[in-house]
Amino acid sequence: MNAVFDYAAWFASLCFVLAMLCALVRLFIGPAAQDRVLALDTLYINGMLTLLMLGIRSSSTVYFDMALLIALFGFASTIALAKFLLRGEVIEP
Amino acid sequence: MLLTLIAALPFVGSIAAAFLPAGARNAAAWLAGVVAVACLALVALLYPGVQAGGVETFRFEWLPQFGLDLYFRMDGFAWLFALLVSLMGALVVLYARYYMSPEDPVPRFFAFLLAFMGAMLGVVLSGNLIQIVVFWELTSFTSFMLIAYWYHLPDARRAARMSVTVTVAGGLCLLMGVLMIGEIVGSYDLDDVLVAGDVLRAHPWYGALLILIALGVLTKSAQFPFHFWLPQAMTAPTPVSAYLHSATMVKAGVFLLARLWPALAGTNLWFWIIASAGAASLLVGAFSATFQRDTKGVLAYSTISHLGLITMLLGMNSELALVAAVFHMMNHATFKASLFMAAGIVQHETGTRDMKRLGGLARSMPITAAVATVAAAAMAGVPLLNGFLSKEMFFAEAIVVGRSLGMSITLPTIALLAGVFSVAYSLRFVHQVFFTEPSHDLPKPGHEPTRGMIVPGALLVVACLLVGVLPAVTVGPVLETAMMSILGPELPEYRLAIWHGFTLPLVMSFIALAGGITFYVLLLARGAVMSPTPILSRLNAARMFDVANVVVVRGAAKLSHLFFTRRLQSQLLAIVGIALVAGVAAFGSTGWSAGENPLTPIDPLFTLLWVVGAACAVGAAQQAKFHRLAALIMLGGAGLVTCLTFAWFSAPDLALTQIAVEVVTVVLLLLGLRWLPRRIAFDDPRRKTPRARGRRARDFLLAVAAGCGTAALAFAVLTRPQVSDLPGYFLRNSLEVAGGRNVVNVILVDFRSFDTLGEITVVAIVALIVYALLRRFRPAPESIDVPKAQRADPAPLTTAVDAPLPRGYMRLPAVLVRLIGPMAGLVSVYFLLRGHQAPGGGFVGGLVMASAVIVQYMVGGTMWVESRLRIHPQVWIALGMIGAGTAGIAAWFAGKPFLSALAADLHLPLIGDVHLSTVLLFDLGVYMLVIGAVVLMLVALAHQSLRSPRRVPVEPSRESAEETDEAEAVV
Repeated sequence: MNAVFDYAAWFASLCFVLAMLCALVRLFIGPAAQDRVLALDTLYINGMLTLLMLGIRSSSTVYFDMALLIALFGFASTIALAKFLLRGEVIEP
Repeated sequence: MLLTLIAALPFVGSIAAAFLPAGARNAAAWLAGVVAVACLALVALLYPGVQAGGVETFRFEWLPQFGLDLYFRMDGFAWLFALLVSLMGALVVLYARYYMSPEDPVPRFFAFLLAFMGAMLGVVLSGNLIQIVVFWELTSFTSFMLIAYWYHLPDARRAARMSVTVTVAGGLCLLMGVLMIGEIVGSYDLDDVLVAGDVLRAHPWYGALLILIALGVLTKSAQFPFHFWLPQAMTAPTPVSAYLHSATMVKAGVFLLARLWPALAGTNLWFWIIASAGAASLLVGAFSATFQRDTKGVLAYSTISHLGLITMLLGMNSELALVAAVFHMMNHATFKASLFMAAGIVQHETGTRDMKRLGGLARSMPITAAVATVAAAAMAGVPLLNGFLSKEMFFAEAIVVGRSLGMSITLPTIALLAGVFSVAYSLRFVHQVFFTEPSHDLPKPGHEPTRGMIVPGALLVVACLLVGVLPAVTVGPVLETAMMSILGPELPEYRLAIWHGFTLPLVMSFIALAGGITFYVLLLARGAVMSPTPILSRLNAARMFDVANVVVVRGAAKLSHLFFTRRLQSQLLAIVGIALVAGVAAFGSTGWSAGENPLTPIDPLFTLLWVVGAACAVGAAQQAKFHRLAALIMLGGAGLVTCLTFAWFSAPDLALTQIAVEVVTVVLLLLGLRWLPRRIAFDDPRRKTPRARGRRARDFLLAVAAGCGTAALAFAVLTRPQVSDLPGYFLRNSLEVAGGRNVVNVILVDFRSFDTLGEITVVAIVALIVYALLRRFRPAPESIDVPKAQRADPAPLTTAVDAPLPRGYMRLPAVLVRLIGPMAGLVSVYFLLRGHQAPGGGFVGGLVMASAVIVQYMVGGTMWVESRLRIHPQVWIALGMIGAGTAGIAAWFAGKPFLSALAADLHLPLIGDVHLSTVLLFDLGVYMLVIGAVVLMLVALAHQSLRSPRRVPVEPSRESAEETDEAEAVV
């Protein structure tokens, strides 16, 4: 049972990392800046999930704090970039 | 104890005066007067202690192992000078009260005057050579501030700069000389130095240290060839000229010469350096004074001349000459200060100092004329006045001292010549101002001044008369006390009297008087009274100084141009290149090898993760120059992988911090990106000239080499066993000693809290500098314009100030970030509080809180956020510093060193047991400071858009940019 769990967890992690690789491709080829922003957002989500998987695999709660922080503010970069593309500046008067 | 009070009281008064409102003329004058009189009373009170060779001391040990103590020491000589300084101070304060115009900020004047008085008293009362130099420099500084008191006058600023350059350069030499003395004697205490004269004179360093000390002393006392700053300093208010530039500060130089006389004098070198500088100043000063048009100019050059006389006496290596020198210091202070006061009165009442325009004032200002005439007579050396006595002693010494035939002719000749000029310029001064035909060309008709202005000068003149008539009764005992403190109980034979019999010096005095009168009459007859100084006016030392200044500045600019570039690319190239060369050179002797530690097995997942991170990093570097936004996005990817790496290798604290830093970095960089100028056309990546290709290839190779070198270095270090057991120490002691399970946080806030304190201070300073720089920031012309994206839809995409929610598609994010706000606050406090036991801490907590504020700004807009939540980042920074500092200082009250941790367990109702520690307070300080610093930078950047008005300027002209700036300043 435990062995199956370990393999499943490893496989999940692998999927997330592969997803990050896919996002990386988008990040590089673009073509629009919006594509790159979305790629970064995807990277953040998958990074957060990788952290959660690390926590599950090592049965430690420490990783959940980091995941929490990414969940809270990972989108901040995305918003900032989106705002920049949309309006030319991040903070309007 | 009283001694410290004498030196401290003026400084206390100075600070108090500085806080008075600018119009408080009477309050400031009263304050200064009371302080000066109090100092005078304290000095007078101490006279019994110093009589008959006694010494009053007060020592406060500061760094005894380096021979540095606060050591005040008053003997007879110091007493005499302290009396002079405080007495003159009191008189000058009275004079200045009436001299200064009510329109001037008088409290500032008195604040610096009192500070000078404290510094000067410090110089004369210090018993430690280093301490003397410190107070010495303070006198230079206060003199600078006082000369530049009317700083709207370009002449005043120039004179102040010149005087401070000369005297402080001299002070530096003095410091070096003093350090050499301390090295030779083994102590900086004056008591030890004064008895070590034989050791000092025999030491091989003697010549060098004498030159250095002489440089310090001669610059301060305005001696040739450093005399030029003194006439320029006459742009200062006249009370300053009377006090600093005739009676006291310029005497500091000769004071120190007399002070160190027992230790340094008695050699031929001393004679040649000191006496010849004195003789040159004596002649140059007296000659130039005879031809000045400015009343204060005459007095300035005559001060140079009289100081030269004193210096020459001190350089003669004769004890009797020393007595004459000290005597003349006192006499000169009395008559010269009263002359300055008279010149100030004339200027105050007539509006001019030009002797060509002045004339015949004796009729309208009889009392001033009388005071000035008597004082000038004392300066000329007329019998029955104090100047006569010391000048006669000078003549006597000039005859006796010369050992060789040449000297025994040269010295009396110099003395006599100077005497002739001195009589001539004194006579000319009085005659031209007061006794010629009345002038009708004056800006104001002259009349007698108020009593307060005339009294100080009159009192000094009375002193001149009393000393001149009854020297043995009035000044005799004091002078004897002073001389005993320099020369010991056995004094040379000297007699203070008017009549010594019909001697050669007396004859010389009368020849000088007759010669001076004849010289002046000849000048009058030839109509050359107001001609420029013959010969010497061509050698304008002040002008040479200016030229030298310009040459030095230009040379420095050329030199820095040779070794420095303002191009960032070139600087970076140099830094990386040199680092690479240094690193390779360091490996050159040993060669590079991997260590023996077993390598951890390769994890395929982690490898893939790093492929992502490395690709992002390389991509960011490649795109950095031409696609800033793409580079920034890739940087975000690389940062994320860095966080994951920290997490993977069990460094949760680092990972948490890195995540928070990533968020803030991206937003701040984006904020800055808006204001960056567009790329430069000729740097286009499509340009493929051989030159551009070569440069890119060079940069690429260098970057690869440096990166690989760093990686190799890291690999070599990480594969070797640890050299020290520092990590083990922290792991063992963290819980046991500091009571925290999170070692990283314990190190930051407890073991190494002093480092952290320094770091957060730097963060605070950087934030404030960013704020200050951005306040006056002027964007590049092409980025002042409203961004292209906004032109199609000019209405801001923010929440209106009075609206609950924004319009359109920003509604969703707006709801989201408002819900996140309190949540993020909770998380940040949670991280802060648990930091000592589990990953977290003030730094992460602060960043989380700051991020929460940032997202509010981004979605809501500056106006909307600031109409609801006004964060004052400067206050947060200040509170953070105070909190961290308090945590450190609290340990003192428990008798422990700075920043030791104190803990207390309290039982509170409802809450239960609470563990309170200063460590938490420290971390709280870090937390608040980080919030303040990040938000301050953010707000400074965000407000740039507020500043530039919402308009579409096609050609933003220079004027409009300045208008914006002024509008901002008004806001």
